[in-house]
Amino acid sequence: MVEAVWLIPAFPLVGFTLLMVFGRRLGEPIAGWVATLAAAGSFVSTVVVFFGLVALDIEERFHIQTIFTWISSGSFTVDIGLLADPLSITMCLFITGVGTLIHLYSIGYMHGDPNFAKFFVYLNLFIASMLLLVLGDNLLLTFLGWEGVGACSYLLISFWFDQGDEGTANAGAGKKAFVTNRIGDFGFMLATFLIFVELGSINYDDILTRSSELGSQTATLIVVLFLLAATGKSAQLPLFVWLPDAMAGPTPVSALIHAATMVTSGVFLLTRLNPVLAEAESWSLGLIAWVGALTALFAATVAVGQTDIKKVLAYSTVSQLGYLFLAVGVGAYVAAIFHMVTHAFFKALLFLGSGSVIHGLHEEQDMRRMGGLRAFMPVTAFTFIIGWLAIAGVPPFSGFWSKDEILLYAWDSGGVSGPALWAIGLVTALLTAFYMTRQVILTFFGRSRYHDPTKEEIRDAMVDRLEGAKGEVEQALAARAAAEEAAEKATADIDKRQEALDKAQVALLEATEAVEGSSEEDDAKAHQKLVKALDKATKAVPKAETALAKAQDKAGSEAAAIGDAADAVIAAEGRVLSVENEVRAVPRFPRRVTATTEPIELGPLGDHLPERWHHRQDTTPHESPATMTVPLMILALAATVAGGLNLPFTKDLHFLEHWLEPSLFGHEAKLSAGAGTKWALAIIAIAVGAIAIFAAFRVYLRGRVDPNRIELDGMVNAWWVDASYADFMGGPGRRMFDLAAWFDRTIIDGAVRGVATVSAATGSVLRALQPGFVRSYALGVGVGSILVMAWFVGRVF
Amino acid sequence: MLALQLAVDAGPPSTFSVLPALIAVPVLTAVLLALLPADREAEIKLTALVGTVITGALSFYVLWQFDAADGGLQFVSRATWIESLGLSWFLAVDGISLFLVVLTGLLFPIAILTTEPHHDPKPYYLWLTLLMAGSMGAFLALDLLLFFLFFEVVLVPMYFLIGGWGHGNKVYAAMKFFLYTMAASALMLVGIVSLVFLASGDTGGPTFDVTILAENHELSRLASFLVFGSFALAFAVKVPVFPVHTWLPDAHTEAPTAGSVILAGVMLKLGTYGLLRFGLYLFPDVTRDLAPLFLTLGVIGIVYGAAVATMQTDLKRLVAYSSVAHMGFIVLGIFALNSQGLQGGIIQMVNHGVSTGALFILVGWVYERRHTREIAALGGLQKAAPVMAAVFTLVMLSSIGLPGLNGFVGEFLVLLGAFSSARWWAVIATTGVILAALYLLWAYQRVFHGPADGENAEMADLRPTELLGIMPLLVLIVFMGVYPKPVLDRIEPAVDVLIAHIEERVDDFEEDEPAPTERPGVPGLVATAEAAHEGEEGEESADDAESGSEEEG
Repeated sequence: MVEAVWLIPAFPLVGFTLLMVFGRRLGEPIAGWVATLAAAGSFVSTVVVFFGLVALDIEERFHIQTIFTWISSGSFTVDIGLLADPLSITMCLFITGVGTLIHLYSIGYMHGDPNFAKFFVYLNLFIASMLLLVLGDNLLLTFLGWEGVGACSYLLISFWFDQGDEGTANAGAGKKAFVTNRIGDFGFMLATFLIFVELGSINYDDILTRSSELGSQTATLIVVLFLLAATGKSAQLPLFVWLPDAMAGPTPVSALIHAATMVTSGVFLLTRLNPVLAEAESWSLGLIAWVGALTALFAATVAVGQTDIKKVLAYSTVSQLGYLFLAVGVGAYVAAIFHMVTHAFFKALLFLGSGSVIHGLHEEQDMRRMGGLRAFMPVTAFTFIIGWLAIAGVPPFSGFWSKDEILLYAWDSGGVSGPALWAIGLVTALLTAFYMTRQVILTFFGRSRYHDPTKEEIRDAMVDRLEGAKGEVEQALAARAAAEEAAEKATADIDKRQEALDKAQVALLEATEAVEGSSEEDDAKAHQKLVKALDKATKAVPKAETALAKAQDKAGSEAAAIGDAADAVIAAEGRVLSVENEVRAVPRFPRRVTATTEPIELGPLGDHLPERWHHRQDTTPHESPATMTVPLMILALAATVAGGLNLPFTKDLHFLEHWLEPSLFGHEAKLSAGAGTKWALAIIAIAVGAIAIFAAFRVYLRGRVDPNRIELDGMVNAWWVDASYADFMGGPGRRMFDLAAWFDRTIIDGAVRGVATVSAATGSVLRALQPGFVRSYALGVGVGSILVMAWFVGRVF
Repeated sequence: MLALQLAVDAGPPSTFSVLPALIAVPVLTAVLLALLPADREAEIKLTALVGTVITGALSFYVLWQFDAADGGLQFVSRATWIESLGLSWFLAVDGISLFLVVLTGLLFPIAILTTEPHHDPKPYYLWLTLLMAGSMGAFLALDLLLFFLFFEVVLVPMYFLIGGWGHGNKVYAAMKFFLYTMAASALMLVGIVSLVFLASGDTGGPTFDVTILAENHELSRLASFLVFGSFALAFAVKVPVFPVHTWLPDAHTEAPTAGSVILAGVMLKLGTYGLLRFGLYLFPDVTRDLAPLFLTLGVIGIVYGAAVATMQTDLKRLVAYSSVAHMGFIVLGIFALNSQGLQGGIIQMVNHGVSTGALFILVGWVYERRHTREIAALGGLQKAAPVMAAVFTLVMLSSIGLPGLNGFVGEFLVLLGAFSSARWWAVIATTGVILAALYLLWAYQRVFHGPADGENAEMADLRPTELLGIMPLLVLIVFMGVYPKPVLDRIEPAVDVLIAHIEERVDDFEEDEPAPTERPGVPGLVATAEAAHEGEEGEESADDAESGSEEEG
């Protein structure tokens, strides 16, 4: 039955090929089902091979199946060949098992995406690459898988590449993942070369059986180089920076690639090469353990300060992978694989749960905007809580058993470093329980903050309100200006009326004089006219007087209006001030929240919230469809019971240890601790977990402690590691590249142009620079070659 | 067609003179094109296409008939030319040149199919077909002067292609290309004549036959250095090797797409092929002594080319600089002087031709549609042109050296070979793998990712004919990545013969010479895995021990 091993990668490869050709035509949801079936077929094949291996004698559980020769040059030959042994099949079991569930989940999660089919093309390709990574019977095929999963990771992180600024960020995250991993690949390639030069082969068969030929110095160098590779792929210090950014990918991708499978490759590789590690000097193993321990602690502190639901899980993954390195470093390979498997279950569960939350909240990822979701999405909440119990190390959930195993072996590794590693592991466990409790409370408990106005919405409201008030001032100012203009007009009117009155009075005087100066006798007719004019002038005067009085009245009222308008301006300005005060009085949007955090008191600002806030009031968080919740339930079950794989109580219950034995060549560390120590360590671990959970309840559920005192700025900003890398790459790094480009343009090419100029100036090549030269040269060569051809044709044929 | 007929008639099937036909068919196509009226544009293109397709088919016939187990010369076509001067018409293929011939036969029809000249098609296709004839001749000729003739003849069509159908500063670029490469090869002619003259005593009369010269010449050390130097300079410019590479970005950038494809895919290989066939083969001792220099230049090319590529603002220029880096790998492989290095170098020549050829075609399509190659002016193209983006992604990943695609095979073998014989160079060269990912992914991100606006949002996707045209390259990218064995199997015997030749020639040489100086970090030359695990010393001492031995597994 082990002969069926080729079927394991073949299923997803066929699925990939089918979907690449027909995916778009199949469309949603058939493309998703095809991919899921391919993954499921692979899972079934793995189960078949698993039982095949079980049926074999222990020493025969190392089955190599050569498919064809891949690269062969001189003494160097590698095959496309598969190695089925307990280690690779264990990996395959959870890769295909969890992989199938995540495929299924993705059918629901990716619903409506315009690139639905493409997503599954990549997903199947990823599964195939990951399986080749673990099944390859030589380092180079593992490297093919290693790079293949990296490429799929790149393609899937930048899957949503076109969504505005966010799309640019997504694309950048994909590139960052690939390039950072390439730094690790540098180590992988050099280690491979070294092994080939030393052993003349890079087949695991040879490496594992002939590792003693390496010598301890070479083995040490190889281990360090592979550690570099592993820190890249498994996101350890100092190369972890790509993983948090990788959360830009769709959540199923985060669950499958960036939590359960791909990121464990580094640990797999080191475990696979355990005979080489056994050859190496002990400091290199110590290095692995310390890299793991420090990464675990570092990432756990950062996880406490994250507000993005996926970022918490991302740093948590980095931290948990640190445990795996710690385990490998102290020779606890079984514990490493054990925790790798349980972690695959509970972390995939947590990621898928967070995806369900994000889906139900219409793409909201900020935990400050969640809270109380267990009422809206009971299945997600229930399964997430199981994941939380598993990762927090609460017995009897799976995480407790596997994590405890690692801590036990760390303690047992002895010397000064043993207890130190254990202590770091324990503090990490404390932090893990703390930040996961925080996450569960902020997401599922307390008041639902989903309908609260967001920071941006409040800012919009403030802008709206301030602009409104400022608008009023402007209106008042305009009114005052209008009033002033009117007053001016009125004043001008008074003058005009006064003038008119003066004129009328002069006219009256003249008319009176004229009447008095003339006599009726002289010219009765003319006199009559004058009398008439006097009459008219007499009437005009009071008219003008009335008009003047009216104008003066008007001016008076206009002056009063100016006063009013000026008052209005002052009032409006006052209102602006008060609005500004009001805006200033709005409490700052909390960077850190607890379940008791109340919505921000907005007062009158509330009426100015933007349309999208109103729109959100009409939507409520919803539970996800069955394609998403069924995988959650299955994973929750697995996360609950997976501890049963390797229970510590009696030797008979060490199923995983017995099963993996043929792959570990007796290099698994032997425990010296007695039952008393084991119990003591376990009880300490349980107590520490309980304290952390209790503390988190106090802070986040009851709100007894200000979260600002817990979530330090360094934690929020990941201790500025990533930022310093970015500063370096954007600063000195970029300048170095610029320098190279400048050097090429100015110095190298400058020299060439300089030579040309000098030659041209001295006239020796001047003629050569004329196109005519090329023509005659061309003619010469051309005619010559045609003659040769003609001669030849004549001669030969 | 006539040439084909002639070729078929020339002899019994066993000596079927297909190699002359590889040169004659494109020449006759050119003659035919010259006779066609200039306004019959469709017929002109069809003629050129048919002519190059026939040549390509003939090259595949050679591949098909090639005896994979035979490391010697095959399909030999030989005739005396000027007996008194020792000149002969001598064409043959072996595992070293076979795939370069096939590559030439493949890239020309594809270049013609996927690109358009836009004006004056008649001289354009005429020059292209002549270029094909010259390239084929250069890869096939084993008479030094005949090789030199073809080596020089290809400059002319390329000069006119860049100058006549190029973009931007095309006249400057064409002139720079022409003068640079011609000036470098002028000395080579002196070297050839000197070699023939100096060796005439050893070879029994003057001969330009490379095989005779390689086996028999007994040039003094100084003379060997000088002649090798004159060859190496010509080839180094052609490769191009740092620091004589600056003609390349100008020529590549300003050339029409087909010109860039052929320049990168075929003509650069004349340099590395020349270093192998006329440098290493004729002067194994000098090659070995100068290996540290060339290894260093190769490594500089890898790292420096990649670093400069990163900062380019013109997409085509970026691809051009990536060629500097990729060609550096080939140089590294050749001067690693062992089986993996040489085979890796040779297969890398083919892979670079396929991948970079495809990249130039893609950049050309972007330019056709958007009339700009400025990375800053492009963006979000994947939205409008998902198929083009997918094709670009595949080619890019091949160029980055992703395992499972073709680029990886050569790169890996080169580095593996170099690691065996020149460890520290290999270590530095491996950093090039990181940089390649950096510049290509960054370029991809800026060109294809992000939001699209304006013309970028409306760019047309690939037409089915375009996809069909580039498909052979895509198939090769995958096929040669997954199953390179048929290719490597045909290269290996020839490389074994070459290495045996080096051992034979250099052992004689070594008898008079002290062991190579043992500078720290400058390990010996031909180190093999076998030697390495025979003596189970630590790495350093193993290296030293290998310095003296010239074994090859």
